[in-house]
Amino acid sequence: MIKIEDLQKSFGKKGVLNGINLDIPRGQATGIVGPNGSGKTTMIKTVLGLVKPDSGRIEVNGVKLNGNYAYRHQIGYMPQVARYPENMTVNELLEFIKSVRGTEAIFEEKLVDHFGLDSELEKPLRVLSGGNRQKVGATLAMMFNPEILILDEPTAGLDPRASTTFKELVHEEKKNGKTVLLTSHIMSEIEELTDHLIFILDGKVRYNGPMQELISKSAGRKLESAVASMMEGAGV
Amino acid sequence: MKTLKILEYEWKDLFRGKWIIGYGLIYLLLTDALIRFGGSGPKALLSLTNVMLLFIPLISMVYGVLYLYQAREFVELLLAQPLDRKSLFWGLYGGLSIPLILSYVVGAAIPLGSHGILLSADAGSALMVLGLGAALTLIFIGLGFLLGLSFYEDRIKGLGFSLVIWLFLAVLYDGFILFIVYILGDYPLEKPILAISMLNPIDLARIIVLLKFEVSALMGYTGAVFNRFFGSWVGMAVAFGFILLWLAIPLWRGVKVFAKKDF
Repeated sequence: MIKIEDLQKSFGKKGVLNGINLDIPRGQATGIVGPNGSGKTTMIKTVLGLVKPDSGRIEVNGVKLNGNYAYRHQIGYMPQVARYPENMTVNELLEFIKSVRGTEAIFEEKLVDHFGLDSELEKPLRVLSGGNRQKVGATLAMMFNPEILILDEPTAGLDPRASTTFKELVHEEKKNGKTVLLTSHIMSEIEELTDHLIFILDGKVRYNGPMQELISKSAGRKLESAVASMMEGAGV
Repeated sequence: MKTLKILEYEWKDLFRGKWIIGYGLIYLLLTDALIRFGGSGPKALLSLTNVMLLFIPLISMVYGVLYLYQAREFVELLLAQPLDRKSLFWGLYGGLSIPLILSYVVGAAIPLGSHGILLSADAGSALMVLGLGAALTLIFIGLGFLLGLSFYEDRIKGLGFSLVIWLFLAVLYDGFILFIVYILGDYPLEKPILAISMLNPIDLARIIVLLKFEVSALMGYTGAVFNRFFGSWVGMAVAFGFILLWLAIPLWRGVKVFAKKDF
């Protein structure tokens, strides 16, 4: 469960998050949409403790965030741009994160197998293609079987096959009762993987509700046009 | 200890980069050449000191800054894991400073040993030169980290400032002091000059070495003042104290900035 109350953050004079309030119950798969620069990534980073909010309150599974870190055991995060230490091989990276995390990576083999990373394991990360790096990122995010999955534009660099595999895996996790937070600009993906939608604009939550409701409100149109009309309605 | 895990990884990564071995080799060749040409007396050690006082701050600070910029994604990746920022900071700091110190110390110690200096009467002075190099490495990596964190988004500025600071502390500083002495020569300057020399860790290291060797001719203005004011042992102790302050303050600031930073 993730609870956010009146979250504010500005970089210099520019307010990026202007009072976000959210309550994401356990086991909910939530899609976060919004135009570029609306604060999606910043919001995710505050939940991870990477960005320190100016004010407001965040709770993850009942733990209030105040610079603590143990709560991140329950989170698997896949960043938007996956860049890793260049000289390290994939295997070393996985081992290293395992040792830092100190927990067992029960899904490691399965994920490596699913993504076809076997042949890449001994290669240094600098020679990996962007897509393969994304796969490494997905593996890192999911292999510890965390309760909460935070995926920031996960399929952006993936080929269709990997993207399908990835979606299947997320689907499976969802079925197992994981809380999933996913940002994406691909509406079909949001529609496919999540059942709850959050629309963020200018650092504020403009819509927060079940996906079905939004689609039915917009008279049976597709999610894409529903979200597009929300953006237009807000004057973006 | 998670710091150790990070340290171990950084260590591997750095040695794989190979340039750190080159860094040690430079000291090896240089020390060897200095001993061959300057004889095995204190002269060679003084020359080594001069080279060290110039290079170690430059390499340490510039690499400290660049290292932080280069580790950016890595830092983000690690901070998304259950890991506290303090452990990460010390892991990064130790992971860079220990290999740098090792390649300097090993590089310089091999010729010092093979030419018998480490077994001669100058052994104490030689160890002091090695130790001061290590201290300067720690200080300037700390300064580099602080600069890198302060200008995290603006890499050119971070690098530029570190070069300017180095230029000022290592090269221009003596001229600056002489200028003050020249302008204000009619006033009692001993104490102000003493205070000013505390503000430069490179100068402090130089003063310590020169006090140890008791070569007042090479001491420069600040060294001579130091010597007269404190006598060599007290002078050395005071200089050491300030070197420790130079180590502690930037690192303390660095940890603070790192703990509050947005990544």
